[in-house]
Amino acid sequence: MGLLSNAAALLGKEVRTEFRSRELLSTTMVFVLIVVVLFSFTFDPTTNESHRFGPGLLWLAFLFAASLMLQPCFLREQVNDTLSALRLAVSDPFAIFLAKIGANTLFLLLTELLMLPVFAALFNVSFRGELPGILLAFFLGSLGISVAGTALAAISAQARMRELLLPLLLLPLLAPILVASTEVTVSLMAPEPFMQWKGIGFLAVFDVVFLTALWLFGEYLLEE
Amino acid sequence: MAWAAEPSIGLRFEKVDKRYGAVYALRNLTLAIAPGECLALAGRNGSGKTTLLRIACCLTRPTRGSLSFSGVAENQNPKAGFVAHATMVYDELTAEENLLFFAKLLGVANRRQRVDELLCEVGLGERKDSLVRTFSRGMRQRVAIARALLAAPGLLLFDEPAAGLDPEATIWLAGHLAKLRDSGRTMLISLHGQSEVARLATRAVRLDAGGVVADTRSGATFQSVFTFAGE
Repeated sequence: MGLLSNAAALLGKEVRTEFRSRELLSTTMVFVLIVVVLFSFTFDPTTNESHRFGPGLLWLAFLFAASLMLQPCFLREQVNDTLSALRLAVSDPFAIFLAKIGANTLFLLLTELLMLPVFAALFNVSFRGELPGILLAFFLGSLGISVAGTALAAISAQARMRELLLPLLLLPLLAPILVASTEVTVSLMAPEPFMQWKGIGFLAVFDVVFLTALWLFGEYLLEE
Repeated sequence: MAWAAEPSIGLRFEKVDKRYGAVYALRNLTLAIAPGECLALAGRNGSGKTTLLRIACCLTRPTRGSLSFSGVAENQNPKAGFVAHATMVYDELTAEENLLFFAKLLGVANRRQRVDELLCEVGLGERKDSLVRTFSRGMRQRVAIARALLAAPGLLLFDEPAAGLDPEATIWLAGHLAKLRDSGRTMLISLHGQSEVARLATRAVRLDAGGVVADTRSGATFQSVFTFAGE
């Protein structure tokens, strides 16, 4: 069985178990909602500051949500040592990463899409004409967070202080993604919106570089 | 449709060390296991049994030394069936979903038929739609055995398979393992001491401090191997 079919089977399992337990989605959505509502009290929604700082706060909320979401993605495989069963069954260990990245991106995007209208209402931001651009930025940003975050989750899952280690490694590594995603979102939510292709290009390159690194060295991250 | 087992596999550990930090789990271990042999690995906690099994199925690499296989293509690792301490199945999936999922990953042909056959074989045909988290320890162990048998591997590894099982479940397990042994597969079973399962072994080896200290092939009796291990 090939890499992609293995990854598809694993992704199907991830989605099925998550929609059955709804552990990750419910907790991250409630968390993002609380953060966005709390941030909305700090700005007057009619001011320019709201437009300037709003997207940055939104991505900060997404980043915190991602760190909540990424932590269990390999820890759950340790409960019954299912990671060993997966390693014995797949033809290429990269399939495990591909599936985890796919699932994390999907769950993160779902959270972002559900929170976007809430954010728009609370921060008085309009993005109607720029929805395709925003979706592209959300996708590339979420993919970047998931790729780097999944690799770090695999590393931290085997460490002794795993709960502390992941956020500690994640935040500095994802700072470039956060900056680029915020800049692109700010430009798309500006009164005269425009697409910042430089930022989009940076996000795409970041995603490709980390995916390639994971493809080359991911096997070692899963070893005992 | 009958699923023929893959050809039996022989193993040879050559001067294998496995170190976790400063602690040696295996030290200079040399052990050859012939195809079709049913080897019982006895030893106290921490003697290296689990590490040896995890190296045998290529989940862990030796720090030093080598492991070679006979009966598999060159430069290829064998598909081994491994039943560990943990069940290695998902609590949030049903018994059938778990087996279908792993069968898909392993590329098992006619997987639905194969899964149905295995579920009946381990006596879970009636409970195939129940979530694994609702199962008792014995039932989970049955799912774990069915998962290990999905690809009909020629090498089967059991890490203390009777741990936590009641006497009835242990008798079922011993009977099932006897059938697997008689099918000619190579089997490695780690055990603490003499038990129903230990009687299946065609050879027994005792490990201590990561090395082989007694082997029935070298003249030790089965009783001595297990008696020392159980102390």
